[in-house]
Amino acid sequence: MADLVSHPDEIRVVSRRFGQGATNIGRYLELDGYKAVQKALAMEPDAIINEVKNSGLRGRGGAGFSTGMKWSFVPKQSAKPKYVLCNGDESEPGTCKDRLIFEHDPHSVIEGVMIGAIAVGAKSGYIYIRGEYRYLSIIMQKAIQDAYAKGFVGKNIFGSGRDLDIYWHGGAGAYEVGEESALMESLEGKRGIPRIRPPFPAVVGLWGGPTVINNAETLANVPHIILGGADWYAKLGTPKNGGTRLFCLSGNISKPGVYELPMGYNLKKMVYEVGGGIPNGRTLKAVVPGGASCPCLSADEIDVAMDFDSVAKAGSMLGSGGVVVVDDQQCIVKFALRTMKFYQHESCGWCIPCREGTDWLKKTLIRFHNGGGVKKDIDNMQYLAENMLGRTFCPLGDAAAMPTIAFVKKFRKEFEDHLDGKPCPYEKEGAAEQVPAFAH
Amino acid sequence: MVPHYPTKRSALVPTLLYAQDEVGFLSDEVIAEIASRLDLTELEVRNVISYYSLLTTKPRGKFNVQVCTNISCLVLGAEDILHHCAKKLGVGHKQTTPDGLFTLEEVECIGACSWAPAAQINYDFHENLTTEKMDRILDEYKRKEMQ
Repeated sequence: MADLVSHPDEIRVVSRRFGQGATNIGRYLELDGYKAVQKALAMEPDAIINEVKNSGLRGRGGAGFSTGMKWSFVPKQSAKPKYVLCNGDESEPGTCKDRLIFEHDPHSVIEGVMIGAIAVGAKSGYIYIRGEYRYLSIIMQKAIQDAYAKGFVGKNIFGSGRDLDIYWHGGAGAYEVGEESALMESLEGKRGIPRIRPPFPAVVGLWGGPTVINNAETLANVPHIILGGADWYAKLGTPKNGGTRLFCLSGNISKPGVYELPMGYNLKKMVYEVGGGIPNGRTLKAVVPGGASCPCLSADEIDVAMDFDSVAKAGSMLGSGGVVVVDDQQCIVKFALRTMKFYQHESCGWCIPCREGTDWLKKTLIRFHNGGGVKKDIDNMQYLAENMLGRTFCPLGDAAAMPTIAFVKKFRKEFEDHLDGKPCPYEKEGAAEQVPAFAH
Repeated sequence: MVPHYPTKRSALVPTLLYAQDEVGFLSDEVIAEIASRLDLTELEVRNVISYYSLLTTKPRGKFNVQVCTNISCLVLGAEDILHHCAKKLGVGHKQTTPDGLFTLEEVECIGACSWAPAAQINYDFHENLTTEKMDRILDEYKRKEMQ
């Protein structure tokens, strides 16, 4: 069980019920549970969609697309069944927020899926949880059973004459499945390889039916928006970036943890005040603002508002909310290498720029970190990464390329410090000998 | 599991994981059985197995020690944890101790970033690790097994 943290600047919306025993359905009901879905049942579907649109809720998985807009793309009439799909394949390095939602407030996800289903006219919803989160699947399974037992889910929900089934589905370890069409392939029992678009999932998605797919945190926000109203929610954040966000502070920081802060919260304040700054008398070198795929910000670039548009303006991405703090004792070349090892491992190999690009970048970075690099490698890495951008079927290629470009551009000197067979300036003495031949 | 889905095949990944948890790994027999139950070819099943990192066709130790070394863990000394486990258990990546008790694996992000460095032993999370804490955890697994 993961520890909870708190800070006075937090505004608790999606984390409101954390630590309050809300996995118990009785307790969840005491804490305003399943009220939003009943309110939604009394609303016109378009009114629900408009409410979500006006709230400024944007996808918490990383892309930041307007949730209400996404819902509005689903056709009203469809010969095939429609579906709502919750993406709980949380795998972006640095991100551990959906885990807390599933652990502390699973019913809010169920309720979010239900409201989505009512809005788009779907009769079933699936909650996909990554395979590593087995204990959370068990919590979710129980929550769904309890909801069925109360008659909230299943036939004729809340006497509305509407049927709505909710299921959970476990993954088996794959980062790429976090991409929406890959997740659908995975749920259909196949390799999680992305689909070519168009058609978009809203038109042809899961089992060929129109499908809404949202991140778990996104869906967990929806009941609060329905109950509290779009205006209230929108005002918590910044223009076009409604609400709050779960930020996962990790790395070289004094008080790591998952904090719910308003959209647009200043990153510098987040690191130094909420997170308590850099421990052990060290200084800040870089921050990865939104999970491994986001270009890093150097120490002098972090005076930025943490909303989708401001972070984009600063040359990075708000991503999935994983704020990874890196201190002055860490080697950026090694950090870049570990990032690339990850993407090389997770690349499905279906399209060539990603398969070859990640592999060659990894090989170059290994050689470079080991002191075998030549000056030309530095430019080559940047050139290679830039040529992956936009040339792959799914965003995994971009996710690998973007941070690499930032590492090379912003920390070129650190790369140069590894040239001419010099040992890594940050490596502990004798570290090389104790490393057994590990795969990857 | 099949009734949850409009197509039989959709139950494949959960079924494989369920079988693996029972048997320990996905043997030829298990693969053949699952393929026939879900009306798939064995090749189709193997194609899916090879994609997912939790699925394995090779036997593993009773306790699969999965040490995360991804970025949040890396900057907090995950490599020391991994090397310490390797030394203590006398095995490398994806290798199993002679007594069949432990397999060591270096894994990708397990979603414990704010509680790094972290590891999973089978499905159990172990967080805020130090080498001493890891020692105690491994000893505890071994002790329970000996009883």
